[in-house]
Amino acid sequence: MRWTEAAALLSFVMTASAPGQTPQGTPQQPPQRASSPGQNAPPAPALPQTPAPQLPAAAATPLKPAFVVVLDAAHGGTDTGAHLGNNLEEKDVTLAVEWRLRSELLARGIAVVTTRSSDAAMTPVARAETANRAQAEACLVIHATATGSGVHLYTSSLAPGPMTRPLPWRTAQAAYVTQSLKLESEIDAALGHAQIPLTLGRASVQPMDSLACPAVAVEVAPLVGGNVTKSRDLSDADYQKSVVDALAAALAAWQSDWKH
Amino acid sequence: MISRAHKILFLVMLLACVIMAAALIRLRNRAQDRLQEQAGSAPASIAEESGNPVHTVTLYVPNDLDGSLITVERSIALPSDKNAQARVLLESLIAAFHAQGSTHPIGVESGINEVYFLPVPGVPGQPPQRASSPGAPGQPSGQGEMAVVDLNGALSAAQPSGIEPETLTLLAMMATLHANLPEVTEVHFLVDGQPRETLAGHADLTRTYLASETNPEPAPEAAQ
Repeated sequence: MRWTEAAALLSFVMTASAPGQTPQGTPQQPPQRASSPGQNAPPAPALPQTPAPQLPAAAATPLKPAFVVVLDAAHGGTDTGAHLGNNLEEKDVTLAVEWRLRSELLARGIAVVTTRSSDAAMTPVARAETANRAQAEACLVIHATATGSGVHLYTSSLAPGPMTRPLPWRTAQAAYVTQSLKLESEIDAALGHAQIPLTLGRASVQPMDSLACPAVAVEVAPLVGGNVTKSRDLSDADYQKSVVDALAAALAAWQSDWKH
Repeated sequence: MISRAHKILFLVMLLACVIMAAALIRLRNRAQDRLQEQAGSAPASIAEESGNPVHTVTLYVPNDLDGSLITVERSIALPSDKNAQARVLLESLIAAFHAQGSTHPIGVESGINEVYFLPVPGVPGQPPQRASSPGAPGQPSGQGEMAVVDLNGALSAAQPSGIEPETLTLLAMMATLHANLPEVTEVHFLVDGQPRETLAGHADLTRTYLASETNPEPAPEAAQ
């Protein structure tokens, strides 16, 4: 038996012997959604009761989609985030934006992994674990705030570092900073095209520094009225949609650009 | 029947009441103006009363609308003690936060408990004490001093929550310290003397920041 077949068999047996534990999550975490295009969170298959048959490696090892995006809706549960006025809390806005963006990306044929799908509290470590397990080509950390105008884009303030194996947990993002800046530039162009004012910067916000993927924090602020723009509230569905459309367009462009 | 004397007495007392009310209103307005003037220049006036020399300092005031730091020159009296200098600098900065027309409003009168200075570790021959990989947060620069800024819990509570407003608050403090006290190369933040994960839910306070991250040029007339 070749080593790949042996590894596949071992993986299958371990899955069968750990009921309730999915490959995408640990028992302490809420279930994660790993959605592929045309696949809408199918129910988990029933576990076999008979001894595990020897499956060919290709059938037992799930294939990773060619391009995966991780969406991290910040805050959740008792961690409400910022109070945005009118009984609006940051954790709800981030989840709403995440849901809209997830749908847009799936419609464009892009696989999506989300760190939370409900109003559940998650530690930064658990979020980074989920994101890093997905081996994504882009990670967006979604925030919202009541101050400023338009969208604020932040990349990690870490200095670029070499790609080492294993990556140090607290500074994993250092190896991806250059790519993160390119992704930020892609989003910058898309938001500019949509005439949404934006601010670029570097910041130290968890779990950004632990993400092993090109990562950008997207902070959505209300739209302050100006010469070109009309005043828009964070709860405005049209405003959320225009931001989400621009982000989806940027990620679609990144799908063809990220290897270069 | 009310006598004429009683009528005159009543009118005199009524007139006295009106005059006293007018005087009280005038005194109240004067006191209010005086308090407002003191609130606008509290750190400077406190320092001036102590007879300290006046320096021109550079404050970096955040602009939330475009995420920038605006340079503001102020003449304030600085005490000779470096810890007190740093505290006065940061209190002046916080006073600018809630000045009229500020786009970074934090409604707190005093936000700094104390500022301490430590030599930066990283002497040759000694292993680094915090992080070891390039670009690591808190990686010692090996020179200069680290300012440990103990923020007031009231400042943390009044800080608007969000990546941009919180990051701007920290950057403004780091830039102001580095511009006026160039030997400050690293800054670490505490809240009420204790380590805190974030300032108000976003900006990481567990790491040590390099003052160079703000890229301010040292002020021409740095306080010594």
